[in-house]
Amino acid sequence: MKNKVKVTNLYKSFGDNNVLKGINLEISEGEVVCLIGASGSGKSTLLRCLNRLEDSTSGTIEVDDFEISDPKLDINKVRENIGMVFQQFNLFANKTVLDNITFAPVELKKMTKAEAKEKAMALLKRVGLSEKADSYPHQLSGGQQQRVAIARALAMNPDIMLFDEPTSALDPEMVGEVLQVMRELANEGMTMVVVTHEMGFARDVADRVLFMSDGVIAEEGTPEQIFTNPSKQVTKDFLSHVLNA
Amino acid sequence: MDFSRVFTDATPLLMKGLLNTVVISLLAILIGFVIGLAVCFMGRSKHIVVRAIAAVYVWVIRGTPMIVQAFLVFFAFPQVMSMFIKGFTIQAFTAGLITLSLNAGAYMSEIFRGGISAVSVGQIEAARSLGLSHSRTMLKIVLPQAFKFSIPSLVNQFIITVKDSSILSVIGLADIVNQAKVYVGATYDFFPTYITVAIYYLVIISILMVISKIVEKKLSYEK
Repeated sequence: MKNKVKVTNLYKSFGDNNVLKGINLEISEGEVVCLIGASGSGKSTLLRCLNRLEDSTSGTIEVDDFEISDPKLDINKVRENIGMVFQQFNLFANKTVLDNITFAPVELKKMTKAEAKEKAMALLKRVGLSEKADSYPHQLSGGQQQRVAIARALAMNPDIMLFDEPTSALDPEMVGEVLQVMRELANEGMTMVVVTHEMGFARDVADRVLFMSDGVIAEEGTPEQIFTNPSKQVTKDFLSHVLNA
Repeated sequence: MDFSRVFTDATPLLMKGLLNTVVISLLAILIGFVIGLAVCFMGRSKHIVVRAIAAVYVWVIRGTPMIVQAFLVFFAFPQVMSMFIKGFTIQAFTAGLITLSLNAGAYMSEIFRGGISAVSVGQIEAARSLGLSHSRTMLKIVLPQAFKFSIPSLVNQFIITVKDSSILSVIGLADIVNQAKVYVGATYDFFPTYITVAIYYLVIISILMVISKIVEKKLSYEK
């Protein structure tokens, strides 16, 4: 399998606060990797470094063979192929659902208006929200907004998707509908990096689970290994904490 | 104290003043809007000198009374200029427009600044993550939302500008207030004249409020 992401010796600090302390990570094409760990362990920061929403302090990050931290890199071009889904959905408040999805492909001249609309309608159908095309984000529930956000990211035809706690801001009854869309995406072979607190999802869908603690990847393995037979004490403590909550 | 007399005698005079008030206010709002946007962007510049100019401008305008600014522009500025250009003078209308525009601009730049910071960081990150450049994100995502957030405060500022234009009567601008002063100076009809002036202002500002309500409705995201 082709290598999609290669992170080498990544450090990231915010002022005196060292958040990532030497991350090494490789992700192959089509792989679904879930990042789990306590709040503040650096999961989201690691994810955000992958498309340079955060600048790394040192180390290298390669995505699709582009060195992300290279200042000469046209990061906007690379980001077109890296979809991202946020905890707070971040749909454009001033645009309808349809315009949210067609905006970037049209603006960046990847598609004509007509093509983008056709693609958007197909994506909306796929996430089960065809009838909401003309609604504004604030008229939708959280789960619906997040499904639109996924459709928006997919409209750019990315070859890797980053999910930053996509269900953490949702009411419990809406978590399932979002996870379902992500599950389908994983089954279609999308390369996915998912920061999540949904252990069930990680166990079912992930090819590999990374447990992060205090800025490092403390343990990694198949869901089977991590959830039923963790080797490190920090992992055991974390899991007993979240699974028995 | 005769309302009907004031109504017939003073109306032509007050109407002339009204025209001046409306024209100078509208021009100041327009010019102030442009200044406000420009200064707001200057305040976000990478260059510290540009940022400093914007900050000093807003600081000075907000930190001094408009009547003093009007005196500076109308009396003090020509005095300095006439040292270089013999016989330099400035029209009351021009001086008034400069003062009023600079004032409106300073306050509007703060309104725009507030509007931009009210747009959540998430909106910007979403656009950037899709591959949009910083400037396109500003133009297509941030500014439209910031403008919408700014409308109530902008309308408030428009109203203040209309009312502040009355201060310019002190430098001789022939606005409603000045015309009324001229009229009561001759007739002593203080009560009916100033009541009429007050009603004029109420009407102008009410029209302004109705227009802004329509604009606000037009810009809302509801269908």
